[in-house]
Formats: sequence, structure tokens, C-alpha cells
Amino acid sequence: MDFLITILQLIDGTIRVSTPLILAALAGLCSERGGVIDIGLEGKMLGAAFVAATVAYMTGSAWLGLLAAIAASVALSLIHGFASITHHGNQVVSGMAINIIVAGLAPTIGNAIFHINGDTPPLPHAARFTAIDLPFAASLADVPVIGPVYSGVISGHSFTTYLAFALVPFVAWMLYKTRFGLRLRAVGENPEAVDTAGVSVQWLRYRAVMIAGVLCGIAGTSLSTSLGASFIRDMTAGKGYLALAAMIFGKWRPKTTLLACLIFAFTDTLQARLQGVELPVVGEIPVQFIIMLPYALTVFLLAGFVGKVVAPAADGEPYIKEH
Amino acid sequence: MAAPKKLPVWVNAGLIPLINLMAAFAISAVVILAVGENPIEAAGHILYGAFGFGEGIGYTLYYATNFIFTGLAVAMAFHCFLFNIGGEGQAYIGGLGIGLVCLYMGNLPFWAILPLAVMGGALFGGLWALIPAYLQAKRGSHIVITTIMFNFIASSVMTFLLVDWLKKPGSQLPETRHFAEAAFMPKVHEMLASVGLDVARSPLNLSFLIALLCCLGVWIFIWRTRWGYEIRASGKNPKAAVYGGISPSKAIILSMCISGALAGLVGLNELMGVQHRVVVNFTNGYGFVGIAIALMGRNHPLGIIFASLLMGALYQGGAELAFEMPTLTSDMIWTIQGFVILFTGALEHMFRPQLERIFIKSDSEGEVYE
Repeated sequence: MDFLITILQLIDGTIRVSTPLILAALAGLCSERGGVIDIGLEGKMLGAAFVAATVAYMTGSAWLGLLAAIAASVALSLIHGFASITHHGNQVVSGMAINIIVAGLAPTIGNAIFHINGDTPPLPHAARFTAIDLPFAASLADVPVIGPVYSGVISGHSFTTYLAFALVPFVAWMLYKTRFGLRLRAVGENPEAVDTAGVSVQWLRYRAVMIAGVLCGIAGTSLSTSLGASFIRDMTAGKGYLALAAMIFGKWRPKTTLLACLIFAFTDTLQARLQGVELPVVGEIPVQFIIMLPYALTVFLLAGFVGKVVAPAADGEPYIKEH
Repeated sequence: MAAPKKLPVWVNAGLIPLINLMAAFAISAVVILAVGENPIEAAGHILYGAFGFGEGIGYTLYYATNFIFTGLAVAMAFHCFLFNIGGEGQAYIGGLGIGLVCLYMGNLPFWAILPLAVMGGALFGGLWALIPAYLQAKRGSHIVITTIMFNFIASSVMTFLLVDWLKKPGSQLPETRHFAEAAFMPKVHEMLASVGLDVARSPLNLSFLIALLCCLGVWIFIWRTRWGYEIRASGKNPKAAVYGGISPSKAIILSMCISGALAGLVGLNELMGVQHRVVVNFTNGYGFVGIAIALMGRNHPLGIIFASLLMGALYQGGAELAFEMPTLTSDMIWTIQGFVILFTGALEHMFRPQLERIFIKSDSEGEVYE
């Protein structure tokens, strides 16, 4: 029974930890399906986390924090779009630049406002997205099997977590079932064809990066107002890159990307639990090896050891319209 | 499509980077204003801190040393049209190579340790770049993603090694024991003192000269050797290179390994020069700054030296700035760097149309149109 409870706790933790990963990976997916490489997930998420915490702290409303974070993140993605779509700049360089700018700018502004080494003060309970108890969670808790699963694992997450999971089928629907999605995928594979059909490549790509901005905004908000209770410098700690890895691991498809995010989040949750624990047969696994597992897996996948990975054909290629 | 217009060399290599740099500084000034400080005063503190006194100049050159290594590394890969974001990890692992030489061959004299350490750093850094290079060359795995992943893997591996294997016995800190004194890189002020010259104490050490030698070496390699030619040719057009009898895979692996080797030398300055032991995260983002350096320096060793001096000045001047204006910490310097990368890299063509209008019109005046 103890073992089962541990498993359920691990799953619960995985779901919680996967929230920003899923959102950021979906962001990368939308952008790259439209043909714009997005290394700047990390920076957008960090910027959004900072703005969300700052605005939530000042107004006392997590919702205003969320809105402001989305606005900030979209602004960053517009910079990325301006450089890579309008000026045909190098998309990797632009993304890196955004990551570095935000890593410096957020603590600089934070320090100017709050004077606590670039962090924000802890948020009060009301200014956060806290656990939502689903209907009947309390009354079902004692029912065998259903109780622990429903009340312990499914219920009790925050709004951002439920939103992240809901957005996976939504993004899949948008990509595969709508006209916009069809065009978005086309512009990532063959922009010339889209242009020939009389649809603006630039405007489609701008919309792709803006969607990525919105999703990164929610991802950042979940970091500082739901998983955490304040902004801490460098709090994304490579999650943007991990999301990028998950997107590649998921082969640029929403559902497989979700699966990859869950695997990565699981290794993260496991790693926290395995610290100093002696396992049978292998003994104590150094934490560092579990931490690097997702990155190593991604390299293995990219090396073609886990099936073929094909990126959108025009991913990273600026489109220069011929006259 | 209109043929790309040709701008004069001094505009292309001098004026455009300068204008882009000014744009980056202008935006940074806006940020400084926004946090309630005076940008002109801040610039004054940076300039004074970087060049105003002997110790400051020493520190500027000491930081520049790191940037020359990582900037050359990024440029080396750029010449093969590869984007090596893994400089950070390669520098970190290269430092391990240097550290192992210094720790386990510390009984040798300095003149014997130095070449071994250079080889150790270059070998470890180069090998760390070899895997992503091999995967790019033979399996088409995108080098940007694999090198990012290898940065994280390097960080985990190094933490593991420092915590579990190399840690000084009886210490809680994740760092090795100190090197033997024979493995200390001589400081410039000590070297000059021995010939009777008195300069201010600073961490500036012999590795600055090694970095300059690397610049010369890279220049010769890229523009004066067959391998350099093969790298440039396959970077420009891999298909054409194949017809010319060049193997693009070989060029990819070669340029990435040399790139990693150059990044791996950061440890000469940081570990042998200053820390005198291997510590966690000694690379401190220098690998990422290398991207900005290579972009600003237009991938040319001479440009890289200038860009490194500028960034070194920004780092050292930034320390002075944080002392004088406590609101503007090293985070502000990081922000400025980001803007520099954005404007000199991603937005490098932003001002080009205007410049083309100015320079090409005035050049073609008087020419007869057919």
C-alpha cells in the first residue's frame, strides 16, 4: 500500500511539475510548425514569470498578473518576429539574445522596484493560482481506488495546470482541424506554396510567434504564481530548453510532445525523491545522472536511435519574397 | 531577386557593427533611465572602471582573455556555417582537462605543465564538441540543439565529478584541492616586476598572450591553410564543396573540434590564472558571451580582439558601476550584452537598406547606365 501511495504521489508531482513544460513546449511547437525556430522559450517564460509575480504582488490579483505576463511574453515574441520575420535575421541568435536580455533585465527591474536582490517578495495566498478542489473531491477521498486517484491525483491542481492539459487537445485541434492550422503547417513546410496561394507568409508567421508568446506567458505565470510563490532570479533554470527538447522528442506533434513533457517531469519528480535513496541492485544513483537524463535522451533521439525525427522543412529559414 | 548590393568594406566591417552597437547602447540607456539612473553618468563609471587606472585595465584584459577564447570558438564553427552554442560546456569540460593536468602532474616544472595543460584543455574541449559534430555530420542531428543539450550534460557531469570524485578530502565545497604552485599561470604584473617594470596588481596573466597567439593561429588556419579553405568552402556551399573534392562531414567535425578546443582553453585563464583549483561553474557564462563576441567581431580574429576588449571593459566597468550605482548590478551588464547580441546579430541587417541607399547612390554617380 505504501508503494502505491508513493506512485500516486509521484504522478501527482509529475502533473504539477509538467505544467510550465507543457505550455512552453506547445509554444515552441506552434512557432516551429510555422517555420520560426524558438530558442527564446526560456527568456519569454522567465520574463512572464517576473511580470506575473510583480503585477500579482502589486495588484493582489493573480489574473491581472497572468494578463500582464501574457502581454510581456507576446511583446518579446514580437521582437523575435521583428528580427527573424521582418528582417530575416538569424532566428537562433535572436532567441539567444532574448534569453540573455531577460535574464539580465528581469532582476534589474526587480531590484529597482523591490530592492531584494532582483527577486519579488513572496506573494500572498490571494495573489496566486492555488489548488482547486474539484467537485466531490473531499467526499470521494475515502472511496477505495477512485478516492486516492480522483482526490489525490486529479483534483487539487491549480488553474494553470488544468489549462495546460486542456490546451494540448486545443492546439492539436487548431493545427489539424482548422484552416488556420493547415496554413500554419504549410508555412512551416513550404512558404513558397502559401505565398503563391495569396496568403501572407509574414502575417501567418507573426501569428505563430504570438501564439507562442501567449503560451509562454501562461507558462511563466505558472512558475511564479502557482508552482512557486514569488519570482526568483533564473527560476526557469533551463526549463525552456527542456521544453524545446520535449518538443523535438515529441516530433513536433502535440500529443507526443505532452508525453515527452510528462516523461521529463517524471524524471524531475523522481530525482527529488531519489536523493540519497539506496535502490536495489544499482545502489544509490547520483542525482546528476537523473537530472541529465532528459538531455541525454534528446541527444539519443536526435541521433536517430529512437526513430526518425523530421523537423518542419522550412523551420528556421527566413522567407524572402521574390518580386 | 535583386542581386545583393556591395557596400564598401569599411562600411560593412566597421560602420554597420558600430551603428548596431550604438543602437544596443541606446536601448540600454533607456533601460537605465527607466530604473531611475543617469545613463551618461553610468557610462562614465564604466569607462573609468575599465580604463581609468592600472588595476582596472588589468581586469579588463583579464576578462577579454576569456572572451577571445570563446569568441574564437564560436567564429571557428561559424566559418563552417555551424552554430556552436556549446562553448559553455566545452569550456567547462576543457577546464576539467586542464585541472587534471595541474592536479596530477603538479610536480613537473611550469614550462612542462603549460603545454600539457594547453593540450589537456584543447583535447577535453575538442572531444566534448566531437560528439555533436559527429552527430551533425553523419546523422544530421541539429548542432544547435545537441550543443545546448551538451551544455546541460556537461554541467551535470562536472557537478558529479566535483562532488563525488575530485572534491578535496574533508571539504564540503564542490571544488578540488589547490594546484601546486608550479601550475600557477604567471601574472603579468609579476612578470613585468621581474624585469623592473612596476604595474598594478591584477589577475591578468600569461594566458592573455596565449589567447592572442590563438587569434594569429586561427587567422592562419582559416585563410592560409587547405583545411581552413575546406571549412569555409563547405560552410558556404556544401554541395559545391563536394564537387571540389571536399568532404563536408570532415569539415564539420574538424571545425567543431577546433572550436571546442579553443573554448576549452578558458580554464588556462580562469583556473591556472586565478582560481588555482577546479570550482563549480567557473565558466560563468563566458561561453555564451562568445556568441556576441563572434557576431560583433564579424568572425575575424582582429574583430574578435576588439569585441573582447569592449566586452571585457563592460564587465570590469560594470563592477565599478555596481559599486558606484548599486541599482545597476552585473544584471545590467548582462542586459546590455543581450541587446548587443540582438542588434549586432539578429538585427544586423536592420540599417543596411538605408546605408545601401546612401553609399551605393553616391558611388554610382557619374556612371553610365546601360
